[in-house]
Formats: sequence, C-alpha cells, structure tokens
Amino acid sequence: MPKAKIAKKSTWVDMTAFVDVSFLILTFFILATKFKPEEPVEVKFPSSVSADKVPETDAFLVTIDKDGRVFVQMDDPNARKSIAENLNETRKLGLTPADIKAFTNAPSIGVPFAAFKQLLAMDQEQQKTLKQPGIPVPDSTGGELYYWIRDAKSTYAGKKTSWLIKADDATKYPVIRNVLEAFKRNDINKFQLVTKFRDAPVGTALWNTRQNQLGTGKK
Amino acid sequence: MAAIDEGGGGGHKGPGVKKAKKLSTRVDMTPMVDLGFLLITFFIFSTTMAQPTAMQLIMPKDTEKPEEQTKVKASGALTIMLGKNNGVYYYEGDDPTKIQISDYKKIRDVIIEKKKNTKPEDFVVVIKPNDEATYQNVVAILDEMSINEVKKFAMVNISPQENELLLATEKSNGI
Repeated sequence: MPKAKIAKKSTWVDMTAFVDVSFLILTFFILATKFKPEEPVEVKFPSSVSADKVPETDAFLVTIDKDGRVFVQMDDPNARKSIAENLNETRKLGLTPADIKAFTNAPSIGVPFAAFKQLLAMDQEQQKTLKQPGIPVPDSTGGELYYWIRDAKSTYAGKKTSWLIKADDATKYPVIRNVLEAFKRNDINKFQLVTKFRDAPVGTALWNTRQNQLGTGKK
Repeated sequence: MAAIDEGGGGGHKGPGVKKAKKLSTRVDMTPMVDLGFLLITFFIFSTTMAQPTAMQLIMPKDTEKPEEQTKVKASGALTIMLGKNNGVYYYEGDDPTKIQISDYKKIRDVIIEKKKNTKPEDFVVVIKPNDEATYQNVVAILDEMSINEVKKFAMVNISPQENELLLATEKSNGI
C-alpha cells in the first residue's frame, strides 16, 4: 500500500493582526498611564461614595500607615524649600543649605526633628531603604506634626490648599484623632480623606439624588 | 523562522535568461510581539487606573465658650459609637444607658428610621469612635452620612461614661 501522503503545512502564522492589536493596547496604556507617585509606605485606604477627585496642586498630604507611623508629603519643591527654611529657623535644626536642597528632592518625610538632618544627609537610595519611624504625634497636642502643619500653612498662605489625609484601613482611631488635633490647633477644620470610589448603594437617599441628577442632566 | 521564499526557480523562460530571486516580504514578527507585550505588561503594572477620590470632612471648631457651641435637641439626636472588632452601638436622645448593639449593615436602617421620625432641622448624628475603632470604621460611618444625606453630623470624642457603657456592652455580648 502506498503511504498516505500528508501535505506538509507551514507553521507560519500571520501575526500582523496580533501586532496591530497589541500595539493599539500599548498605545492606550502609554497615553492613559500616570505613574504611581512614590510612596513611603504601602497604605490600603478605605472606599467611600465620594466622587470628588483628589486635588494635585498645593496639597499637603499626611499619610498614616497601619502601625500609626505618620509621614508628610508635599508636591511642590518650592514649598518644601520654604518649609525647611522655616523649620530650620524655628526649631533650631542646624540644617545647612545643602540639607535644604536635599529636602527639596525628598518626596516624603517620616522622622522626628532630631533625626531630620541625618535623614537629609543620606543619598536618595539610602533614604528609600531606611525604615522611617514616623513623625511623632504622641497626644492631642499634635506633637511635631503641629509644627509641620504650621509652617506648611504659612507657606501655602493665600493659595487654596488642600489638606489631605491618607490612612490605612487598620489604623487605630487615636492616631487619626491626634493628627486631626494637630490640624485643628492650626485652625484648619476642613480636610479631605483619600478614598477609593464606590457606588452609592442602590435605593439609598444619595443614590436617588444621583439618579435624579442624571435624569435632569439628560434633558 | 524568517522565511525566504525559494519558490519558482525559473525554467519557464528560455535558456540563459536568469530570473532574479524572489524575496519574501514576510517578516517574522515574533520578537516584535514579544516586545510589545512586555511593554504592555510594564505599563499595566505601573499605571494607576482608579484615581483615588477625596472625601470632604469638616470638623467643628473647638470652643470653650458654651454660647458658641451648637445646641443639639435631645429628641433629634442619634449617637453612634464605634468600638473594637467593627462594632457599632447607638442610642437615641441623651440617655447613653439605652445603648443598643448594631453593625455596619443595620445602622443604615437605624439612621433612615430616625431621619424619617424627626424634624429635619432637629436631626443630628453624633459619631463617637472609641480608642479601639479603626480608620476604616470611621470612614465607613462618615460614608453612611453621605449615603443617607444626613445634613448635620459631628465627630466628637467619646466621654468616659459612654466608653464604659460601650465596654460593658461589648463584654456582655462577648466581644
């Protein structure tokens, strides 16, 4: 019997369409991406029904991790510079101009004033690996955070500053209360809590209002 | 994989007529796809898709003077206390001994019920987290305020008396 001849088929696959799609997705991601800002600690923040966007300019962010360590972050390098100069003067930190320049580049601070100069003396890689102990906020006097906020307030004076608080789900309430006290002692009573968005539960008052707004918006 | 098509070796033309080799225009795209997907993966991981939102919180100004403090009608007050292990306790009016146990699901009905039964201008919710409450609890209860459109609410420190009642309630319920 003659052997059945199997036609040798090419294994070649036309990948053009594949490439088209993959580059389309790639383009989308490149355009839609916004890099995660560098964060001192990982914080899993809770969700809320609020739909307001977090403001990005003139923001003073207090991050609290689940162990109650407190960090401050400011977006504007110029603001950081002026805050460092203020603190240097009022708190006698003994910072050199080089230290202040280093602070301009440091995205977040979570050390007591006593260790501040030491932190700034490190290079950026070292700063990242260092486990910062957090700014001391021991009681309702606001601790050292009070001074940070005071100087930030005077630096941002005249601008519409947003005071952001980002805390972990598991952070205990006393720490939050102390941080709020530090703000309140500076006569700041309006905060924005960083949260994840979630929809208002169906059938509730807020849900009804939003539905009505949608309805009137269409007309 | 880059294939060079070697088909058609001539022969149809007359002798001596050499046909130029036909080169395939097909390009092997495998490395390109690889690279493309590598970049996609990179961008997916480095991107923040869900933008965080900001929840407004306005705290009352601390004041020592009694005439500046906001008066709350006892009939319209609902006090919600937050304890450990996501515990929620509440009482109506000004008598903390009428403390009742609840949770984050049931508290919504309590708020709705109270809102319905009181005059809108008298209705006020007082939130008192104790030292064992977490940030998540606080945000969840503030969220309930916006979900149920409670116009007046305040977050204040828990009094020692209330805290004791709360702890006693927790104990009797085995929490």
